[in-house]
Amino acid sequence: MLAAPWTTVVDFSRRKPLGAVGGFIVLALVATALLAPVLSPYDPRQIIREADNRVPVHVAPGRSYPMGTDHVGRDMVSRIMYGARISLYVGLGAVLIGVTGWFVVGLVSAYAGRGVDLVVQRLVDAMQAVPGLIIVLAIMAVLGSSLNNVIIAIIIGMLAPVVRTVRSQVLSVKEMEYVVAARAIGAPAARIIARHILPNCLAIYLILATYYLGFAIILEASLSFLGVGVPPDVPSWGGMLTAAAQGHITKAPWAGIFPGLAIFLVVLGFNLLGDALRDVLEPRLRGARPGARDAR
Amino acid sequence: MGKYALRRALLFIPTLLVVTVLVFALFWIVPGDPALAILAGGEGDTGSVTQEQLQQLRQRLGLDRPLHVQYASWLADVLRGDLGTSLWYKTPVWDQLRDRFLVTMELATMAIVLAVCAAVPLGVASAVKQDTGLDYVSRIFSSIGIALPTFWLGILIVYALASFFDWLPPLGYATVWDDPLLNLQQLVLPALTLAFNDLAFTARVTRSSMLEVMREDYLRTARAKGLGELVVVARHALKNALLPVLTVSGYQFARLLGGVIIVESIFVVPGMGTLLIDSIIHRDFIVLQAIVLLVAMVVLVINLLVDLSYGVLDPRVRYQ
Repeated sequence: MLAAPWTTVVDFSRRKPLGAVGGFIVLALVATALLAPVLSPYDPRQIIREADNRVPVHVAPGRSYPMGTDHVGRDMVSRIMYGARISLYVGLGAVLIGVTGWFVVGLVSAYAGRGVDLVVQRLVDAMQAVPGLIIVLAIMAVLGSSLNNVIIAIIIGMLAPVVRTVRSQVLSVKEMEYVVAARAIGAPAARIIARHILPNCLAIYLILATYYLGFAIILEASLSFLGVGVPPDVPSWGGMLTAAAQGHITKAPWAGIFPGLAIFLVVLGFNLLGDALRDVLEPRLRGARPGARDAR
Repeated sequence: MGKYALRRALLFIPTLLVVTVLVFALFWIVPGDPALAILAGGEGDTGSVTQEQLQQLRQRLGLDRPLHVQYASWLADVLRGDLGTSLWYKTPVWDQLRDRFLVTMELATMAIVLAVCAAVPLGVASAVKQDTGLDYVSRIFSSIGIALPTFWLGILIVYALASFFDWLPPLGYATVWDDPLLNLQQLVLPALTLAFNDLAFTARVTRSSMLEVMREDYLRTARAKGLGELVVVARHALKNALLPVLTVSGYQFARLLGGVIIVESIFVVPGMGTLLIDSIIHRDFIVLQAIVLLVAMVVLVINLLVDLSYGVLDPRVRYQ
């Protein structure tokens, strides 16, 4: 029994090498986030004092600081590692609540039809008229900056694309012959949804969750970069780039390169994994790339 | 066509109404008291706010009236073109917004033109030479472009220019009419930064749309009657493959208006984006509402135009 998932992984990697690369990046992110307290040499918020009470500002990567130090003398490796925690926390929080919640809304909207569907559709249309980043910024303005408010804002930003994708999937499943047959023999709606519609929408849930993890991570980074995301003392990759944009990059390029590279790799990882999952599980969606790029 | 256009245009009105409700509702999801939040400012310093100040602000903003009355009077003002008075600058919002709106639109237009001009040849080349080295390189390029955060790219561009060429984009801003050259110098880098991300996506769409068209029977016919490959690709394939690219570019424009905010703040462009960030920091909800509403209007109008031009270019659409 244990061999089965392993063979699936090997088979998947053989068919979709790029997807496997994406999966590897995602695993590396999870491992870094979990092991950050063990692996990181310093506290990410700590301004280091060396033996002679000197603060190592703008120290280039080297033996004592593998990724160098930033403009106030904090260790970049430790900040990047703890930044992985923030990214993953925001990503998972937004996806588990947001994609799941909007998934249910899309399903109900498509299955109930008529009045419910009409209301939900107008809402989706209206929200789609505002770029994702602007929705999220507006919500942040109203709620004020904090880690959990970032998650709430991103969840609201996901509404339109997730509901729309799920709704169209459910609409097509709803017309399948086996669903029509189940309805014809008088099966109750709850049973039809649970036994016939949900199993056929699980793949899309998985694909959306993967893409939107990347989407949430890049949105959090954008917000924090603009100074309206997580509070400044939280080590967020986006927040680290704010100092770089304010001119510190000419003095300490590493402090501007590593956080950006981390965001780029992680988003690329989720996108590649999402593409591969989509091709394997739901080839019909090919070319339609829901999410993950709405943020910019 | 007339009927199609009318039907599509009528759809615009309910959506716009829902947008106004949502924008109005922004004010009402402020936890606690919006007036208190405004007075307390970005730091949330509620201690120094007096009861008197609160009452005054509530009265000035009309927060003491029932919700539907507030909405109706706000909507009536907006329809008359009155977007309100900024809470922070104490001047009419439209005075703040007008010039900045034009700057942002100019930047976004430049970016979309750059993106389409580069993406279409790239996508076509990639499709015509499917599964060759060129195709792989361009596909990897678009995967990278899609994942690359705009703000990081912007920072790297500024850094590269500053350290290798000792050149910084000029500060201060001149309109196209005042100084076209300076204007171009200021906007070309932010536009390129913005375009890069869209380029990747548009190239991908062009490629898959071209691949689909290349399998059509009429292409086989064109080749069979002895037309040169260039004519087949340019006249027969590309012309049909460009329709989805048009739709996508229309929607891309909407997305660009989001990306603009970030790029404006990196390159210090005095557009709507920097004003939006300012309004968030000062909790100037009136300016915030106005910007969100304006962006939504632009996006809806562009979507409408895309759909209408689609109806002109592809007669089949009109009868659906």
